[in-house]
Amino acid sequence: MSVTTSLLALVLCGLATYACRALGVLLSSRVSQSSAIFQWVSCVTYAMIAALTSRMIFLPSGVLANVPVWMRLVICGIAIVTMHFGRRNGMVLSLTVGVLLVCTYAYGFL
Amino acid sequence: MATQMRFAHVFHRRRALWRGARDAFGSPMLVLLAGMIAYGSVAHQHGFNVWITSLGSVFIFALPGQVVMQEMVIAGAPMISVVLAVLLTASRFVTMSITLMPQFQRRDRGPALYLWVHLVAMTSWAVSMRNFPSLPPRDRLPYFAGFATAVWLVSFPGTFAGYWLSEEVPNWMGYGLALINPLFFLMSFVELRAKMTLMAVLLGLVLGPVTYLWDPTSSLLVSGFLGGTIAYFGVKRWERRFS
Repeated sequence: MSVTTSLLALVLCGLATYACRALGVLLSSRVSQSSAIFQWVSCVTYAMIAALTSRMIFLPSGVLANVPVWMRLVICGIAIVTMHFGRRNGMVLSLTVGVLLVCTYAYGFL
Repeated sequence: MATQMRFAHVFHRRRALWRGARDAFGSPMLVLLAGMIAYGSVAHQHGFNVWITSLGSVFIFALPGQVVMQEMVIAGAPMISVVLAVLLTASRFVTMSITLMPQFQRRDRGPALYLWVHLVAMTSWAVSMRNFPSLPPRDRLPYFAGFATAVWLVSFPGTFAGYWLSEEVPNWMGYGLALINPLFFLMSFVELRAKMTLMAVLLGLVLGPVTYLWDPTSSLLVSGFLGGTIAYFGVKRWERRFS
């Protein structure tokens, strides 16, 4: 793998990603916030992001793969419960709890 | 009078810009920083060039795409398939911008959006979708600009630091860095209230891993299209029947 190859890949992938963003702006000029199309596209986007999130949890590509899947689910579950108790700072609190739990598990068992 | 009104207008928009930047500090920035640090350290272990890794965070600014690019280049895949794979993971940006842009006020929907759109990412999208309904349309573009710029500026130093810290960061800490991203998105789903989007999210959570096992490259597109469409028509029909 040479630097030239990776640089070319960077430029082309950057352009490809930007093209998708720009296409969204182009298409959005005809869409109004109250239209049915807008609602449907929001649903598609939420489903896509949810799919990506669930893939990161169930089929992680990095170190998380070493943590058993039931453990990943238990930690996510505890984080969600924490979110409900945390009220205004629920997000920060639940992220902290989740990260601490997974670090403790990795420190102790892996 | 007219000048006074214009001053008030500028004042409001500037305040919205700072509010956005302030909202970025805290969990959103932490989440992005963790993702970039983790990405940088993996790149170092694979022997990827430090500048290309860090500039990727600035110019691609989409971690899943960056990871795909890195893995395929290392595996020696042909350039055309690298670009196509990245294009497929980036397809979510098409629908993300279609749903974000119409919420800005009419006057803001000009050519400058082609610049701001580069800063659309999962974090800025999720936070904007949550906060826009409570903001007047006039304040939405400055709010987004403040938030997304603050988050974007972290991407280069985060990746760069992650690259050089990869040997210093203890092993167990890497697990926390890797979990914080999916956890953040999971938590933003918990805050959703609309029946239709909740249904879309649930279907996406189920379809994501299933379609990935079936075909990794088209997985996002297929599960988004299927899950979103079923949620939209399903909830529409259910509401018509019971209202």
